[in-house]
Amino acid sequence: MTSFSLKIVTPDGLVYDGQAEELIVRSISGDIGVLAGHINCVAPLGMGRATVVTDGKKRYAACIGGMLSVVNGAVTLVPTTFEWADQIDTRRVDASYEKAQQVLNDKTSSDTDLRLAEARLHRALVRRNVASNK
Amino acid sequence: MAGVSTKEIKNRIRSMESTKQITKAMEMVAASKLRHAQARVQNSRPYFEILYSAISDIVSSNSDFSSPYLTRRPVKKSCYIVIAGDRGLAGGYNSNIIKLVQSQMEGKDVTVLPIGKKAVDHFKSHGFSLLTDRYMEAADVTVGDCFSIAKQLCKAYLSGEFDEIIIGYTDFVSVLSQTPSTLSMLPVLTEAKEGRSCDIVYEPDSITVFDAIIPEYLSGILYGALCESRAAEQAARRTAMDSATQNADEMIADLSLKFNQARQAAITQEITEIVAGS
Repeated sequence: MTSFSLKIVTPDGLVYDGQAEELIVRSISGDIGVLAGHINCVAPLGMGRATVVTDGKKRYAACIGGMLSVVNGAVTLVPTTFEWADQIDTRRVDASYEKAQQVLNDKTSSDTDLRLAEARLHRALVRRNVASNK
Repeated sequence: MAGVSTKEIKNRIRSMESTKQITKAMEMVAASKLRHAQARVQNSRPYFEILYSAISDIVSSNSDFSSPYLTRRPVKKSCYIVIAGDRGLAGGYNSNIIKLVQSQMEGKDVTVLPIGKKAVDHFKSHGFSLLTDRYMEAADVTVGDCFSIAKQLCKAYLSGEFDEIIIGYTDFVSVLSQTPSTLSMLPVLTEAKEGRSCDIVYEPDSITVFDAIIPEYLSGILYGALCESRAAEQAARRTAMDSATQNADEMIADLSLKFNQARQAAITQEITEIVAGS
């Protein structure tokens, strides 16, 4: 399969720089798959699982926020956070899940707290989902 | 005759020596922190470069849409984000950035969002209206905090609460040189690139993409400025402590000379007295 150059950069540094054959990410309007020769495009990312295929092998990651850009065949993924499935700290995810549930079950929580907790829960679920099928 | 007694000089030498030990230790702590901060700056730089180039690509290839983030409004209220340190003893680091920002604020109706204890204290005691004083510890502000600040500022900007948002931070040029500078965050000002009409597909459409990326971009700038400032603070402290140690060394050498002279003078005097008496 033809490959394209893929760069994944987060605020914490360069996560991946090399060739890939396929990339699937969750954008705000749904999953986007990128193969070599993709048209130039820019899309903001939502929260979800990212799949990177290199040498026929699939690698999964939790990819949250940021954007995807394809310019002249070069694919750049600029997520806010990006963790490979084997790097996810499941204990932290569970703690975050519990904390979010607590706020959501609390009848006295304010609107902003609820919104934050909802986002937290969403992130925890994405991470848990990715970590479980590595 | 000895001007000062040898005992007094000895005491001073001893106190200088303990001061020197402290400054030396602080210098080494700052040097090790600086290494971490420097690595952080280098790691985070590509992220902002890519974000920035994406934003300017969208702006330059799209002449048919206008976003409130892009249009300049007459400035009635400004918001300044000021990043300073948590502690002193860093040479001119804190005072330089505060001085620069304050000179730009003159004659404007400003609200300040200070980050770092020194900035919070300064703007509080000078009676500025603060957006929040939550960020006392510049070293503890995380990427998550940057995102919530950016979102809050975007909302305030769109609702017309502020007409411009400017960030004041210290640019980490090198270990020896740090320059305080300011950057306009909103409205977004990008240089129009000529002759680069690329056909880019926006998913789902350019305005949605743009509105989704802007808060991201702002928190990116904020985090980058924070990383730069932290590295600059450690570098400034290292330099300041280095020169303090050197000064202490000089003073000790000077005092030792005086001490020896005084001791010698006392001995000479004693001998003269003995000889005269016999």
